[in-house]
This record gives sequence, C-alpha cells and structure tokens, in this order.
Amino acid sequence: MGLMFDEARHFLSRTGFGGTPDEIRQLMRLDRGAAVAQALAIPTHKAQTPPPSWIDRLPPPANERKHWSEMDRKAFREARKEEGQELKVWWYRELLTTRSRLLERMTLLWHNHFTSSLQKVKWPPFLYQQNVLLRLQALGSFRTLLHAVAKNPAMLLYLDTQTSHREHPNENFARELFELFTLGEGHYTEQDIKQAARAFTGWHLDHRTGAFRVERRRHDEGRKEVFGKSGYFDGDDILSLTLEQPQVARYLARKLWREFISDEPDKAEVERLAGLFRQNNYDMASLLNALVLTPHFWAPENRGCLIKSPVELTVGTARLFNLPIEEPLQLVRCGRRLGQDLFDPPNVKGWPGGTRWITTATLLDRTQMLQRAIRGHETGHVRGQGMGDMNQTHGATWLAAEPIDIVQATLLPLGPVQPLAAGEERGQAVRQLVLDPVYQLR
Amino acid sequence: MILNELQRRELLKAAVALPLVLLRPFWLERLWAAQENEPLVGRRDRERMLVLVELHGGNDGLNTLVPYEDGAYYRARPQLAIPRDQVRQLTPKLGFHPALTPLMSLWESKELALVTGVGYPRPNRSHFRSIEIWETASDSEQVLDKGWLSRVCEQFPLPPEFTAEGILLGKGDAGPLSGGKARTIALNDPGQFLQQAGSMGPVSMPTANRSLAHILDGQREIFHAATDLQGRIRQAPQLGIEFPTSRIGKQLEVAAKLIAAHVPVSVIKVTQGSFDTHAGQLPAHYRLLDELAQALTAFRTALQGQGVWKDVLVMTYSEFGRRVEENASHGTDHGTAAPHLVMGGQVKGGLYGMPPSLTALQDGDLKYTIDYRSLYATVIEKWWGLPPVTFGRGRHPAIDCLG
Repeated sequence: MGLMFDEARHFLSRTGFGGTPDEIRQLMRLDRGAAVAQALAIPTHKAQTPPPSWIDRLPPPANERKHWSEMDRKAFREARKEEGQELKVWWYRELLTTRSRLLERMTLLWHNHFTSSLQKVKWPPFLYQQNVLLRLQALGSFRTLLHAVAKNPAMLLYLDTQTSHREHPNENFARELFELFTLGEGHYTEQDIKQAARAFTGWHLDHRTGAFRVERRRHDEGRKEVFGKSGYFDGDDILSLTLEQPQVARYLARKLWREFISDEPDKAEVERLAGLFRQNNYDMASLLNALVLTPHFWAPENRGCLIKSPVELTVGTARLFNLPIEEPLQLVRCGRRLGQDLFDPPNVKGWPGGTRWITTATLLDRTQMLQRAIRGHETGHVRGQGMGDMNQTHGATWLAAEPIDIVQATLLPLGPVQPLAAGEERGQAVRQLVLDPVYQLR
Repeated sequence: MILNELQRRELLKAAVALPLVLLRPFWLERLWAAQENEPLVGRRDRERMLVLVELHGGNDGLNTLVPYEDGAYYRARPQLAIPRDQVRQLTPKLGFHPALTPLMSLWESKELALVTGVGYPRPNRSHFRSIEIWETASDSEQVLDKGWLSRVCEQFPLPPEFTAEGILLGKGDAGPLSGGKARTIALNDPGQFLQQAGSMGPVSMPTANRSLAHILDGQREIFHAATDLQGRIRQAPQLGIEFPTSRIGKQLEVAAKLIAAHVPVSVIKVTQGSFDTHAGQLPAHYRLLDELAQALTAFRTALQGQGVWKDVLVMTYSEFGRRVEENASHGTDHGTAAPHLVMGGQVKGGLYGMPPSLTALQDGDLKYTIDYRSLYATVIEKWWGLPPVTFGRGRHPAIDCLG
C-alpha cells in the first residue's frame, strides 16, 4: 500500500530536507519499505560539488614557521580564515543540491558526533578530509568509521592525541571516546580513561606526509587494564574492546532515535534495534532501515515533534522555495547567527540541538531570516517584489498553483497555531504559514 | 507616603509574618523606598543584582592565583609555572597571574574577595557533567534538571513587574537559570532585539507538543521583555567610558548598560570561553585572563560612575580547575578545585578559604577545601537575604565576605 500525503511528507522531512508537493506525491506511490530502500540506495558516497583547490595542501613545517614575522603570521591566519569560509560554502552547496539527501543528513549527524573545529585544528584541508571520511562511511560500518576517525588528522589535532606522550598521556581523546563517541557517561571509570589514554600515546599525524603513523618513541608499550581486561593494548585494541561493550549499540540507537523519531526513545525498541545493530556488525544502513520501519517513526504523535536545526531550516527553505542562491556565504553567516556554524561546533559535544536551538535570541533571528527569505533578500538576488511574483522570482510555481490546503500541508507538519483566514491572498497566506511557529518543526 | 519609625517597624513585622513566598527582600525594599519617598522602581531595586561570569572550559586555578612560594608548584610545572618574579603578590604565599594586574586596584581597595579551593566531593572531570553539577547545585552522583537559580526563583518568586529572572549575554546557555519557570532573555544587542521583537505578538495555545510549547514560551518572553526594555533603554544614561572590544568586554558593556538602565532582572550571566587549555596554555591563558581583567575593571569603573557598584555582586564560576601537573602538550588536563572571584561595592575584600595542598593530592588533583555551594549560599543568604536553600546533602554555610 502506498503512503498517505502526510506520511510521505513526514518521511521527506525526516530523511531529507522536506519536499515539494510533486516530490511528496511521487513518494506516495511507494510503501514504507520501498521508500526507505529508495532513500538508502545511494549511487556514490562522495560529494558532487567540486572541492576547493587547496584540499591536499600540507601545513608549513614547524621549523619554517619559527622564523615568521608577526606579519607572516597574520597573513597565514587570514588565508586560513578565507579557506575556512570556502569550506563552509562548499558544504552548503552540496547540501543545497545533493540528490542523496539522507547521505548528507547522516554526514551532518556524524559531524556533530565526531566533532572537530576549524578553530582548534587551524588547517582547513584536514577538516575537508574529515568531512569526506564521514560521508564515505556515513551509512557503512560504525566499526570502520570509529577506527578511521581515531586516526583522522583533524581528530588527532582536535582532541590532542597528537601531543600525547607516554610520559604524560593526554586524556582528551580517551575521555571523549567513551563519553561522547561510544558509551555515554556512567559506563566507564576514570581509571578506564587513564589506562586507555596510555594506549593512544604516540598516535601521530606526520606533518610531512599528512598521514597517520605511530611514533614508537612516544608510545606506551606497557600493560594496561581497561574494562576489566588486561593486556599490552594499543589504540586499535582499545577501540575493539570498546566495541565489545553492548552499551555502544544502545548509545547509537538512542542517538539515531533522537535524530529521526523523537526525543523520547522507546526503551524496548532501542534494545531491539541495538541487538540488530550488533548482529549486523554495526552496519549503519541496516540500523537506519530498521529504525525507519518501526511504527514509532510513522506515529502521528511523533510528527512535527522535533525542532529544525539551523541547517535544516535554511537549506530546507531554500530547497523548498527554490531560492536562487548564487552565493551560499549568506547561508553560512545565517547558520552561524542561528547557532550552527558548520565546521565550528561550540565544543566537543557538538550542538546540543532539540529545544536548545530555540532561545529568545535565535527565535528572533529565525523569524527575521524567514521574513527576508520569502521576500527574496537574504538568500539570493531580488528579482521580483514579494510573493505575488513567486513564479518569476523563485521558480516555486507550486506555491501559487496548488490548492491552499496542499500548500499548508506541504509547509507545515501540523496545523498552524494561527489558522489562515478564508480567502486570504496567496502571498500573504504563504508568509503567514512560514512565520507560524509550526514551520520551525519537523 | 511618609511613614514614621513606628509604622515602619509595624510593617516590617507584618512582612516577617507573611508566608515565605513573599519574603523577598524586594518587598522590604519597597517599604524602605516608599518610606524615603523615592520612586518605586529605582536605585534600591538594583541593590541585588548578581552578575555571573562563566569561565567556560575549566580555568586553570593554579596559574590564576599562583602559590609562588610552593616548590611543589614549580616542580609540577616546569614549562607552565609563572616565574616568581612575574607573580603579582597578594599575600605572602599567593599572587595573581601577571595578566590580572588590572585587578590589583580592586584588591587594594578591598572590593575583591578570592575564594580558594572551591570544588565538591567525588569530582567529575567531564566538562558537561561537571558544569551540570555546578549549575544545578547537585551532588556528584545526583542528576537534577533545574538550574540552582531557577530553583531559588521558584521558591522565592520575583514581583510580577520584573521583566525576567535573568538575562544571558554571549554564547553560553541558561545554565543556572535553565529548567523550571525562570524566564531568561538571551540578548546580544538590545537595540536589534527590540527592532526584531516588534514583529512578533504573543500567542497562547495549549499543546502537548513540547517543542512547540517551547517556541511559544519563547515568543511570549520576547514580547514581554521587549515591551519593558523599550521604555527603560530609551531613558538609560550614557556610561561615559570605553570598554575593551574583546567578547567578554562587549558582554560586560551590555551588562553595564542594562544595569544603568535599571532593567528589572535579578541575574545577568556572561560567558568567556576557551579555558580548556590542553595544549599551548601559556599564551592562550594569558590572553584570556588579560581580557577578563580588563573587562571587569571597565565594568567596575562604569558602574561606579553610575553610582550602582554597591548594588552589584560579580561572581565567577567554571566546571573545574586543572590538573596540578602539566602535560606534554604544554597544557593541563581536567582537574578539580580552583579559586573564584567575588567582587562588588559591598564585598569585604581579601582571601577566603584554605588554598589546597599541592602535595596531598587525590589522583593527581587538588582536594577541594570549600564546597561550591557555599558561594551560592552567600548569594542567597547574604546578598538577597533569603532563608537558606538546601542543595544536595548537607548544609553549605555562606561565606562571610559581604559587608
């Protein structure tokens, strides 16, 4: 049996960035299983937007930097800042144009899970490379992803593995590995962290090649005891030992539940999904498939119960209204104002999300951004004057052509807080729906 | 209205007999204000402002208040220790990091209290968990979902004419004011706030959808706050001094403007970030402390100029201090106890508490000597004159640092 209009709309808003009435109706031909299979059939796990030119460059060696003047240093910082902006623009372009929407959504999720920031890493090519890795493994094996992320240059720098030495192990990576990446608080001890930190000593980014390597002189070869097991563990052993903990699958299933279903994970279902996830050797695509096929995903009470992130709000609006965006730098600025500066998460825990997206300040900024967007200012050229010229301005003909109840059901996941007055002029009606608090929900 | 001494005593007695809910000092002040024939909303209402400064990331206490006579300090930190001759000596054993030099004048004029060894039992070294403990005033193992100021405000509500319980400046979140019914206004630029709020009317609609309810609450707060701020900021006096342009400088400038405009809130929270100095600490920490000291000094000068410095209490907090021993990355890892600053026109300056020993450590970390909830008790009991509030197990006595 095919999907209902509201079901198809819900599916597109949770697994992508929303859909136009045509996209929703196309999906209505499929049943739930076929819909998720289609979303997961991704032709290539690579971004289609051409990357900036500097992505393979290596940072200047330390002995060269030593001799720099204050002017040199300033020029260096300015150049990196420029590249950082280009990197953000690059990702926004991909988000705005990709056909593999679920892949980008998952890349966003991993960016907020395995966080790294330009601010700390200070070398944009490393952040680009991390983004490529996150996308490549976004729907693959979590095991592969975890091992790769731990050796990823941006991560080695972000959580200080780079400078960790057997004499003074730096605990930053080991702590976040357990607390944020795999187990969650309360499922490890301080002792586990201290011991695990020793195993990652010597893990190193070779600045001459840009590649990971283990520096033997810095590595602690000794015996370590982690999770009650004892051995001459290295970093990979610690990752494997961690993945033996059943808590990892639970932690991730819960995380995905909060992303795709609601902020109240169902305990029994999470347990079942976690079991499946372990059986499938941490295959993300199977977990996602099972998650979307739970009745909870489709339950009416779980529709419109999550708050759109700034990226979902801006990218979703731009896609839905077909806004002519020639310079995504405006979206970058907008995202930062709304509290989500891609490649610069606030800290290692990432953006807390949920209701935390909305403060009095960001609520004001969201409203202002939407007002400008539907006037055609913020996100591109102004070619017409307001909604009346929608067809020429933005090319979203459906806003004028579809019956008003379809427009409302497309824009909003639930009925509006302020119902439309009968016979409202179309431009004014669309404006009212977009500025309704319910438009902030997905 | 002019009351004679007897009538005033009678009224005070009556107020004491009122249920606790009404025993907010503001009500007493109102009587005082009325008695002294002052406008109802005026200077006296501002007497109880709390300005919280979050040092986000975990400030290194040992390099802030340096135990410059302690050999153990120099042994633990061959790279990072502040050389003895650079320390700004405050007591025969402790001194400021050189970047804090601007605060020396406050120390000398006895407007600055330093509380040393602030921490809590069974310390947690996770940023997120430890700041949650601090902000909810919980025991180490206890998880609470309401900020400590939220709880205070619920137990002792502000009079209805207050715009909100708190105003947040900068990037930090509501923290101590989160959860519960406390209204907090996140504000970066008041002018812009007013302009934007103009397009948003209040809506009320009962809903079981928590996300939607949260957005509607936000809209209501904005409307209420904007209406109120509008009038006050229009009449605010000029500060007449230049603030530093650092982030913390800008935040404290806005805070000073709000206080000068007599915006009726109880708490203003500002945040300075990047104290998580795992690597390359020396230059980074220098810059942070320098910015902090410059901003705080400007703040004090501005408020003194407005005649309201004695109505303001500034207090720092941070999730933890840092490990005694430096790491190999020229930085320090997450630790435990640390000193905190309390300053204001009514502060009795000086050193409070026992500096923790650098040799009797626990897992390489300092043992705390004062529970952080004693700082909160000081605010609640000594600053606001409220009855004690219980946080977690046991009593945490207020510190006698206000006069």
